[in-house]
Amino acid sequence: MSEVLVLVDHVDGAVRKPTLELLTLAKRLGAPAAVFIGASPDDAVAQLKKYGAEKVYVVDDAETKGYLVAPKAEVLAQLVEKTSPAAVLVVSTAEGKEIAGRLAIKTGSGLITDAVEIDDDGTTTQSVFAGSYTVKAKVTTGTPIITVKPNSATPQEGEGKGEVEQFAATISDSAKKAKIVASQPRKSSGRPELTEAAIVVSGGRGTGGDFEPIEGFADSLGAAVGASRAAVDSGWIPHAFQIGQTGKTVSPQLYVANGISGAIQHRAGMQTSKTIVAVNKDDEAPIFELVDFGVVGDLKTVLPAATEEITKRKG
Amino acid sequence: MNIVVCVKYVPDATADRTFESDHTVDRQGVPGLLSELDEYAVEQALQLKEKREGEDVEITALCVGPASAEEAVRKALQMGADKGVLVADDAIAGSDAVGTSAVLAGAVQHIGGVDVIMCGMASTDGAMSVVPAMLAERLDLPQVTLASKVESQGDQFRIQRDGDTSTEVIGATAPLVLSVTDQSGEARYPSFKGIMAAKKKPLETWSLSDIGVDAGDLGLSAAWSEVADTEARPPRSQGEIVTDEDGSGAEALVGFLASKKFI
Ligand SMILES: Cc1cc2nc3c(=O)[nH]c(=O)nc-3n(C[C@H](O)[C@H](O)[C@H](O)COP(=O)(O)OP(=O)(O)OC[C@H]3O[C@@H](n4cnc5c(N)ncnc54)[C@H](O)[C@@H]3O)c2cc1C
Ligand SMILES: Nc1ncnc2c1ncn2[C@@H]1O[C@H](COP(=O)(O)O)[C@@H](O)[C@H]1O
Repeated sequence: MSEVLVLVDHVDGAVRKPTLELLTLAKRLGAPAAVFIGASPDDAVAQLKKYGAEKVYVVDDAETKGYLVAPKAEVLAQLVEKTSPAAVLVVSTAEGKEIAGRLAIKTGSGLITDAVEIDDDGTTTQSVFAGSYTVKAKVTTGTPIITVKPNSATPQEGEGKGEVEQFAATISDSAKKAKIVASQPRKSSGRPELTEAAIVVSGGRGTGGDFEPIEGFADSLGAAVGASRAAVDSGWIPHAFQIGQTGKTVSPQLYVANGISGAIQHRAGMQTSKTIVAVNKDDEAPIFELVDFGVVGDLKTVLPAATEEITKRKG
Repeated sequence: MNIVVCVKYVPDATADRTFESDHTVDRQGVPGLLSELDEYAVEQALQLKEKREGEDVEITALCVGPASAEEAVRKALQMGADKGVLVADDAIAGSDAVGTSAVLAGAVQHIGGVDVIMCGMASTDGAMSVVPAMLAERLDLPQVTLASKVESQGDQFRIQRDGDTSTEVIGATAPLVLSVTDQSGEARYPSFKGIMAAKKKPLETWSLSDIGVDAGDLGLSAAWSEVADTEARPPRSQGEIVTDEDGSGAEALVGFLASKKFI
C-alpha cells in the first residue's frame, strides 16, 4: 500500500488536533506517514502512532526554522520524490496552503485546497462561494496535494506501527531568502481553539466593545470566542478571533452570533455551522435568515440571564 | 523601482454566483469587478510609491482574465497605478491556480526588471490564497506574504504576518513577492481626477504568444485537478424567532440549547 504523507502541524512539538484528523482521513487513501519537522518529537511520535501513523519521518528543523514556508515545501518535495506517495495532506491554515501551493509547482501536481471531506478514491468535497455551493473535485495530474480544513473529520485512534525514520533534507539557499526576524507567540485564552471548537460564541459591533457577556456565555457552554470584523477593526479583540472571509472559517456544531448583522463576508466564515443561533436587537438583521433559533433582544440582558440559567442547570 | 500589482476580476460576491455546466465559475451572468481584496494590494503599492518620493517608481496593474476584466485593470488605474496589462486568451479559460500562476509569472518575466510583485491575500471567488506562493516558487523569489504591515527601505522589506499561533516579522530583499491582508489599511476610492487621468493611461492586452507561455499547458482540459460536480446547498430555512420580553428570551434560548443537547 502506498504511503500518504501527512504534514504534522505542531507548536513546539505539541501536535494540533487537525493533524490527527488528517491521519484519520489518510487511512482511506493508503498508509499514513506523518512528516514531523522539528526537534524532540517523542511525545508527538507516540501520539501520531496512536492515531494511525505507520511511519513518522522526522526532519531536523535546524535548516527550516527561521524561514517562511519555502523550506518546508522543499522537505515535502524530497519526500514525495523518495516515497511516491498516494497523496500529500496538509492542514488548511494560511501556512499550510502556501506550502501546498509551492509543493504543487515543485512536483507538477494538482492541488485542492480547503477540502472538508475526502473519499476513498481521492474525490474531495469543498464548500465555496461563502458556503452556498458544494464542489466535488479530484486531482488528475501528479501526486494529489490536498489541504483539509480543521474539523472535517473526527480523529480515530488506531495504533499504527509508528516506525521512526530520520530524514535528512537538503534546503536550498533560495528557500532561505525570506527570514523570520521576530516572532511573538499568541497568548492562549484557555478556551478551545476557534477552528477546532464544537461550539463558537461570537460578538460583533453590537457588543459596544464589552465582550464580557460573550465570554461569560461562551464559558458556560465550554465554547470558543469569535468576532466579526467590525469588532476586530474597533480594536476590541485581536484579528486572530475574526470569523469570515478574511478571518477564520468555522464549522462547529453550534454557532451563536451576538450583535452581528450577518454580512456576506461574515457568513462566508460560519454558514456551514450545523446549528446557528443569533441574538440581535434588530428583528430585520440578515443573520436571522439563517438561524435555527433567534432571539430579538439586547445581548447585554439576554446573554447574562442565559449564562446564569445554564450555570444553574449544570449545577 | 518597478512594482507589479496582480489584480483579479471576479464575480460580485453580493450577486448570486453560480457555475457553468462545465463547472467553471460563471463569469458572464454575474456582474464582475476588481476583487475587493486586491484593492488593498493596489493601495499598498501606491503607498510604497508615495513614500519613495523622488525615486522613479512605476506601478503596473496586471490581470489575467477575460476581455471584460479590463474593468478591473481600469479601476486600479483610477486608483493611481501608472499602466495596465491584461493577459486575455481563449486558451486560459478554465485554468486553475496552477495555470493562472504560470500566466502571471510569464507576464512578470515579459515586463522584466520587476522589483516587487504585490498581491492580495486571496481572490474573493476562488479564495485559495495560493497564487502568491506559486508565483514565488515559479520565479524563484522570496515570498513575504499575508502582510498586515509593510515597511521598506531601499531593497529591504519587512512585513508583519499575523499567523495562527504567532505574529511574525518577516524580512527579505527585493525582488520579491508580497501579499497584503485587509488589515494593511483601507484602500482609497478613485478621485474624480484619478478617473479622468486613467482614461489616458496605457492599458495593453496581451495574448499568451505575446508573453511566450505555451497554451497547451493551460485551460480547463490541461488543469491538474478536475471538478466533477457542483451543487447549490439548500438554503437554510429560518427557524424559530422569539422576541425577548422580561427575560423570556434567555429562557427560550436556554430551552432551545437544552433541546439540542448543547447543555
Ligand atoms: C474585503 C472585506 C472583507 C471582510 N471580511 C470580513 C470577515 O472576515 N468577517 C466579518 O465579520 N466581516 C468582514 N467584513 C465586514 C462585513 O462586511 C461587515 O461590515 C461586518 O461583518 C459587520 O460586523 P457586525 O455585524 O459586527 O456589525 P454591524 O453590521 O454594524 O452589525 C451590528 C449588529 O448588532 C446589532 N446590535 C447592536 N446593539 C445590540 C445589542 N445591544 N444587542 C443585540 N444586538 C445589537 C445591530 O442590530 C446590528 O445588527 C469584510 C468586509 C470587506 C469589505
Ligand atoms: N487571474 C488573476 N489575475 C491577476 N492576479 C491574480 C489572479 N488570480 C489571483 N491573483 C492574485 O493572487 C492573489 C491570491 O489569489 P488566490 O490564490 O486565487 O486566492 C489575488 O489576491 C491576486 O493578487
